[in-house]
Amino acid sequence: MADIVEIRWHGRGGQGTVTAAKVLADACLSGGRHVQAFPEYGPERAGAPLRAYNRISSKELRMHCPVLRPQVVCVVDATLLDSIDVAEGAKKDAIFIVNSSKDPDEIREKLQAEPGQKVVTVDATKIALDCIGRALPNAPMLGALCKLTGLVPLDHLLEDVRKSFGEKFSQKIIDGNLEAARRGYGEVREG
Amino acid sequence: MAKIVAITGNEAVAHALRQVDPDVCAAYPITPQTDMMQRFSSFVSDGLVKTELILVESEHSAMSSCVGASAAGGRVITATSSQGLALMWEILFIASGTRLPIIMPVVNRALSAPLNIHGDHSDAMGARDTGWIQLWSENAQEAYDNTIQAFRIAEHMDIRLPVMICLDGFIISHSIERMEYLEDEEVRNFVGEFKQLNPLLDLGHPVSYGPLILPDYYMEYRKAQDEVASKVSSVVLEVAEDFEKLSGRKYGLFETYRLEDAEIGLVIVNSAAGTSKDVVDEFRDRGIKAGLLKPRLYRPFPYKETGEALKHLKAVCVLDRADAFGGSFGPVYLDIATSLYQYKKKPILINKIYGLGGRDYLPEHAELVLNELAEIAKTGTVKSYKEYISVRE
Repeated sequence: MADIVEIRWHGRGGQGTVTAAKVLADACLSGGRHVQAFPEYGPERAGAPLRAYNRISSKELRMHCPVLRPQVVCVVDATLLDSIDVAEGAKKDAIFIVNSSKDPDEIREKLQAEPGQKVVTVDATKIALDCIGRALPNAPMLGALCKLTGLVPLDHLLEDVRKSFGEKFSQKIIDGNLEAARRGYGEVREG
Repeated sequence: MAKIVAITGNEAVAHALRQVDPDVCAAYPITPQTDMMQRFSSFVSDGLVKTELILVESEHSAMSSCVGASAAGGRVITATSSQGLALMWEILFIASGTRLPIIMPVVNRALSAPLNIHGDHSDAMGARDTGWIQLWSENAQEAYDNTIQAFRIAEHMDIRLPVMICLDGFIISHSIERMEYLEDEEVRNFVGEFKQLNPLLDLGHPVSYGPLILPDYYMEYRKAQDEVASKVSSVVLEVAEDFEKLSGRKYGLFETYRLEDAEIGLVIVNSAAGTSKDVVDEFRDRGIKAGLLKPRLYRPFPYKETGEALKHLKAVCVLDRADAFGGSFGPVYLDIATSLYQYKKKPILINKIYGLGGRDYLPEHAELVLNELAEIAKTGTVKSYKEYISVRE
């Protein structure tokens, strides 16, 4: 990937989207890289649409503003596709990772993605329900992101998921999230 | 050995305070600072610091407690934002006038009304003439580094003044960035032991704090305070030099970026300076001689040094993230104008007000301003000296 990778996350409050951006930043810290992770702060309530951002760069990151031209767009909640233009400003060769059980081609059409842009889906909510028993799709989304961008090796990401979730959750939840991230990595559907 | 982490600005400063391990902390929550003092109170509960934490009922009480604890002989901290700083206003003068080296991170946030919790500089700019030293910080690393240096500056025997460390609310306080921690022991050695000169609790040597001074001596007292202010710059530089030896990171009174041979330039504090530097690079790539000056020590303001650094430019824009409502210009503009006034040959100086209440400052805004400056430098014509940017008409 390029010197700097900019990622925009679209989710709803309570889905762990901001946590996902934080875990990714931490995981990408290796190799002397510079990272940023920050949400757009609005009135925070469960279910409300939110955005979060990542920048990962080999050079010092001085830019302190939202990501306007993302290389990667992660849609953690597919219902947002009906209300928000998630493709806004996306690069010509951007990658869209959408949490959906649908076929990537169907989502591509809905997004009206440009020919150079890549659209993939992963059924992150189902994976989360299988592994954690709750609709928390952030870990499988991270797995899918890891697969598509190659920003960090999977085992490195898993280690960071373990570390970040380990502070707050039981071993059962941590194991569930690790399995969910692994499955997200393995179950990406490319169009 | 430095430790590299990805953390928020609030977390970074909380760790700096943990490493210093002050004697007393009086705190009251306010967004976006709350998270910093919440983290620090966890350090107290977990026994990682020996600090006595006083949970007060308002910021007025927080600063009053700091004044008492500092006069008593302790190394004292608090932190605040926005209305909290406004509520402290009366006591800010007591702290500086009594020469108490209290350390206070200020997580910059807009002032009410209308109510807004987001980042702008109206809070600390409103307290710029309270006799406190102010250090402004672009990112988490600078906020951390400034916090550590603040103790040495405040407690220097030539100074003994309180210090505010300013960082942008949410943009820095709540965003995760890569930064480097120093080791706990390195920080402890760097700041050293604090000894109050005349501690109130030294019962063997009773002293009075805060006595009445009538017209016969009040003015001499104020003149002495002004003389102290004139010594701050050299102490800030001396501490920065020691800090560079420890960390490898260089600090000055302000940062200049590609300014030496620049024809047009921006003056801008805190996080938006970073975004602007990227745009300055783009203009340089196009052959346009752009540069930037980012104030760090904003109070007392280093007028002479700042004027010297800017006087050769053709056109300069000062970007203010606060308006002064004085019928004239933003606060930073007023200081830059003062620093340039004495020079015969000086740049044309314009003022833009940006980013109030957390409005995004984007690269395109810096680009618009630099394009306007290039035009002014060429033609010498100014359309307007003060303007709000990125605002609906």
